[in-house]
Amino acid sequence: MSNIWKFGADVDTDQIVPGRYAPYMRPDKDVGDAAFIEARPDFNKQAVPGDLIVATDNFGCGSSREYAPYALRRRQVGAIFANSFARIFYRNAINLGIPVFVDAELVEKLLAGSEATLDLEDGTILIDGNRHALPEVPNFAKEIIDAGGIVPYVREHGRFPNS
Amino acid sequence: MSGLTLSEQIISNNVGRPVRAGELVVVEPDTAMGHDSLTPGIIKTVKEQLGVEKVANRDQIVLVMDHVAPASNVGTAQNQNFIREFAREQDVRLFDVGRGICHQVLVEEKIARPGTIVVGSDSHSTSYGAVGAFGSGMGSTDIALVWATGKTWLRVPETLRIQVSGRFRPGVDAKDLALKLCRDLTIAGATYMAIEYHGMDWLPMNGRQTMSSMAIELGAKAGIFPPDGEVAERFDVPDWLYVDSDAIYAQTLEIDLDELEPQVAIPHSVDDVVDLSDIVGQKIDVVFLGTCTNGRYEDLRDAADILQGKQIHPHLRLLVTPASREELQKAIADDTLNILLSAGATLTTPGCGACMGRHQGTLADNDICLSTGNRNFKGRMGHPTSQIYLSSPSVAAASAITGEITDPRLLTVSL
Repeated sequence: MSNIWKFGADVDTDQIVPGRYAPYMRPDKDVGDAAFIEARPDFNKQAVPGDLIVATDNFGCGSSREYAPYALRRRQVGAIFANSFARIFYRNAINLGIPVFVDAELVEKLLAGSEATLDLEDGTILIDGNRHALPEVPNFAKEIIDAGGIVPYVREHGRFPNS
Repeated sequence: MSGLTLSEQIISNNVGRPVRAGELVVVEPDTAMGHDSLTPGIIKTVKEQLGVEKVANRDQIVLVMDHVAPASNVGTAQNQNFIREFAREQDVRLFDVGRGICHQVLVEEKIARPGTIVVGSDSHSTSYGAVGAFGSGMGSTDIALVWATGKTWLRVPETLRIQVSGRFRPGVDAKDLALKLCRDLTIAGATYMAIEYHGMDWLPMNGRQTMSSMAIELGAKAGIFPPDGEVAERFDVPDWLYVDSDAIYAQTLEIDLDELEPQVAIPHSVDDVVDLSDIVGQKIDVVFLGTCTNGRYEDLRDAADILQGKQIHPHLRLLVTPASREELQKAIADDTLNILLSAGATLTTPGCGACMGRHQGTLADNDICLSTGNRNFKGRMGHPTSQIYLSSPSVAAASAITGEITDPRLLTVSL
């Protein structure tokens, strides 16, 4: 059973991790500790491994800073659901092996829900007792996420997906 | 068979066969740029995670120190030395602190050129489209993979065509057009697409750089100008790179510059844009003149023309951060810099300056800043209660005199 952290549209990467908290500025700190530190202090203090992030449109817009999705990975976020993602964030999240799902219907149900259980192997999510199928993930993204990220994928296969 | 967009031409040339929007391809970027903020992590990914000791192609790699320049604390100082050591060890080009913002330096050095693919660990890498390059921002891991393998994958983007008619009226410039596009298309309006800007062969390079840097603020993957006008005069243009009259565009937006008013983005989103006349009188504490969007000589000159013989408002700070050493030297060569300093400006090291709130003018709680930069996200320049408005250099300069957002055209009339 996981908590659902709910967000609106256009959550930018400055909200996820402000530039002032970049690993570059604080090399001896865990950037996971800075996840949503100013924009959502409740998430920052209370999020636990497996929790889900749900947002409407254009999640992760703005800066290309990979330490934003990396901070969410450090917090062991179970998956991110959104109506749509900003391009660079989507690619970074997949490269880091974070499950990302684009599905407006599921987003609506999750935003109305109070708790959920994600079953990636089964390809389903249980929201307040009701089971729903997870959306299809583009094949190249699935291959990378299944490998645990683009680095383990390339180390294993010696090439990029679809090449 | 119909023609190709500029992005399709550039990517086709790289892979050696004609490719179309929608295809996933593996390319060998001409350049993969890393800046000081992310390069330490990229180096660790290359060496520790990918187990690569020697980069695939040293000529592909360019390093620039601009995000915190010079170092502001022990952490950034140590990280910068780590980068310098890597540059020496791998024999790759490094532009150290004071040289300028990566996106300005790569154009000045002609590393970004018409027809090249330039990827960078910075979302504003769309800037290279100003010189007819396919420039695109990526995360650290993608850049690390280029350094390690020489390659990256990308999806050939569809293209959104901006078709411009008319000319800027006095007091209106490329920044106002960039903000108007944010207003009309929204912050996600060009997601996954390349933008092409047509009808502006007369626009000088600095205006093109302003526009292309802000393509990412629409979510775009690239923002490319046809290599004509000043770009064609200053760069060699490959003969295969030209505007194909029957290229297929996913969408076209027409804009009449004769109708364009000065624009201002208000907190906290770059697509929350109003006409200048709707926001005049808004009190401000700081004016920031700089960034890859508006930190060039011409921007400083526009401000100097307004600040000539004037003083900034006594309750206001004016921060001037030139985009590069060369731009600063141009401003020194004539009276531009002296006018700004005499008016009360603070000059900082060429680089990103206060744009990310890390140094050289971080905002305090409730500070209100009018910036010539490209982003006004909550807390970007400092305390989360601070506010950022975005405008052209002319509006910024006029507002520095009065301490409130001011129309430079009316300021001139009243004096």
